[in-house]
Amino acid sequence: MSFQHKHILGIEQLSSEDIQMILDTGDAFKEVNTRDIKKVPTLRGKTIINAFFEASTRTRLSFEIAGKRLSADTVNISGSTSSVVKGETLEDTAKNIEAMAPDIIVIRHGHSGSAHYLAERVDCSIINAGDGAHEHPSQALLDLMTIREHKGSIEGLEVAIVGDITHSRVVRSNIYALSKMGAKVRLCGPGTMLPIGIERLGNVEVFTDMRDAIQDADVVMMLRIQMERQSNIMLPSLREYARFYGLNPTNVQLAKPDAIVMHPGPINRGVEISSVVADGVQNVILDQVENGVAVRMALLYLVSGVESMQTK
Amino acid sequence: MAKILIKGGRVISPAQKLDDICDILIENGKIAAIGKKLDNKGAEIIEAAGKLVTPGLVDIHVHLRDPGFEYKEDIASGTLAAVTGGFTSVACMPNTNPVNDNQAVTCSILRKAAEEGHCRVFPIASITKGLEGESLTEMGELKELGVFAVSDDGKPVSNPQLMRRAMEYARPFGMTIVSHAEDLDLVGSGVMNDGPISTELGLKGIPWVAEDAATAREVMLAEFTGAHLHVAHVSTRGSIDIVRQAKKRGVNVTCEAAPHHFTLTDEAVRGYNTNAKMNPPLRSAEDREAVRQGIADGTVDAIATDHAPHHIDEKNVEFSIAMNGIVGLETALPLTLKLVEDGLIDLPKAVALMTSSPAEALGLPVGQLEEGGDADVTVIDPDLEWTVEAQKLVSKSKNTPFDGWQMKGAAVCTIVAGKVVFSRS
Repeated sequence: MSFQHKHILGIEQLSSEDIQMILDTGDAFKEVNTRDIKKVPTLRGKTIINAFFEASTRTRLSFEIAGKRLSADTVNISGSTSSVVKGETLEDTAKNIEAMAPDIIVIRHGHSGSAHYLAERVDCSIINAGDGAHEHPSQALLDLMTIREHKGSIEGLEVAIVGDITHSRVVRSNIYALSKMGAKVRLCGPGTMLPIGIERLGNVEVFTDMRDAIQDADVVMMLRIQMERQSNIMLPSLREYARFYGLNPTNVQLAKPDAIVMHPGPINRGVEISSVVADGVQNVILDQVENGVAVRMALLYLVSGVESMQTK
Repeated sequence: MAKILIKGGRVISPAQKLDDICDILIENGKIAAIGKKLDNKGAEIIEAAGKLVTPGLVDIHVHLRDPGFEYKEDIASGTLAAVTGGFTSVACMPNTNPVNDNQAVTCSILRKAAEEGHCRVFPIASITKGLEGESLTEMGELKELGVFAVSDDGKPVSNPQLMRRAMEYARPFGMTIVSHAEDLDLVGSGVMNDGPISTELGLKGIPWVAEDAATAREVMLAEFTGAHLHVAHVSTRGSIDIVRQAKKRGVNVTCEAAPHHFTLTDEAVRGYNTNAKMNPPLRSAEDREAVRQGIADGTVDAIATDHAPHHIDEKNVEFSIAMNGIVGLETALPLTLKLVEDGLIDLPKAVALMTSSPAEALGLPVGQLEEGGDADVTVIDPDLEWTVEAQKLVSKSKNTPFDGWQMKGAAVCTIVAGKVVFSRS
């Protein structure tokens, strides 16, 4: 079986076989990152543009390192330096980038659907690095890779995700990915942050009490409370948020003894996760970051394969 | 002016309770006679056998964009789209630039319509100056100029005290208040219906309660003041029910539904289709069904398009920043006839919803076939099958969610004041 997707717009479009293949490829690339000379010639001569129209450090760095380790030429543009500030439309920006013949555009954008929008308008591969509150597929894939590493398999796991479900693209991608791989997703967050119909996206159960959500869970994933996206009528205070929806040394014990604690970062210490837990033995947060490079190498490699097959 | 004889069609005029195979003779811009086997000497004959002959269709909710946004639409192009769709009268919303909040703008629209328009144009003025929700327009003089209704469409009056005063002031002048009923605080930064699809697409939602709460407020104010309230583009189950109950209590309220709301649901947004973005948004299947039931049981008085042309550059962008609205004049008739095919309403009812009933809702002196009355007539081929091609629409703008749809039924001849203004070749 070969990989059939020219674009990675979301997990929604991927099958469990696709996900399996991406994770297996990621595992293989992970070894490269442990070498003395961390580089393979796989994508030599390919040009990858990391177009980040929204602030990002971790994801952009991760994609850039992934591209470089595959020997591709990577170029970064960001929202503040792009022509977006000069009033150019996204389509015109994309067409101009495309005129310089990149092979892959990795896009992060504040508007939901923007990766989809680009894929309809340009010929090169598009990888969605986060579009609004819609999807963040590479994050879900690195999460799955990390879970698989620690748990052996994803099927049958109980995965609790706690926090601002409404604004989270990480949640949506993880619901699709975990459900497709046979896990069960338990969601919990304040009443203002649980969107209508979220349970329809996959094998999901919604909880209003965090203790119920994490009881006997195999995985507890805490979401960043995105203070920059909140209007002040969503939450009364971070103090109260931490009390009811924060992971701390007490409530973490409700999860299975061997449960792992995850966070997509950047973490707000003392808000959604206490420092004791964030730095505790169960935390796999830095494994997630490490696997991020490997899984993004896998995505760049796999979509390039599709592209070169199609141009032949 | 030439004599025209429309021969042998099924003539339906709900206001006259007329539904019969007969002829219509038009002379000097007026309907000279309606009857069997009329004398055709010297008359241009329009063969209408197998066709429907109805009062000219009336759309009480369009945006002609003129003055100010002529790159989207102007009075000439908008009224040409209207007559192509079978409409002989349109009421145009005041959110132009400058806003139609005074007699000078109203007069200029009327003058331009007389000079360049293809059908009758009834300007709707704003409730508040500049649509700013602060002070009332001069509704008395506007009424004298032929303005039948006022509306802050698109920028609803949020201050309930101001809406109360607007209703109290409008009432003695017989001016109808048309409300775009939405609570803007509840709308927030929403861009589509709040529900499972907005959750899935990661787009901010506009909840049904934003419309229901505003509709309830408007109905209560109308009940309190006794003014005539017309609720524009009702899209939710709750709003339909609020209007239904209000009518039972005798509140002076009417309402309209748009073809897109009784045809589509928020499923159409999937793929981030900006031509499925409008305000109020496409709702759930349940809401659509409620609107259809409202049409069937008489809660809905009018089918109105909310024809809202936008330039391609305003739609060919990310969904969240695309403009709200779609064009509707050229697709409304077959979508309404579909309700007949679906068995929801009968043909005379469908005709009423597009002619006499909307005219009555705003008090417009059109929408019926009467001997001695103005000869505004539409000849419809109910069986004509055609495919919507957005690029071929007559409107300057092509923003339709129905591109590629198979339609059945179309106007084949549109007559305004005794003059054939559109004829399908």
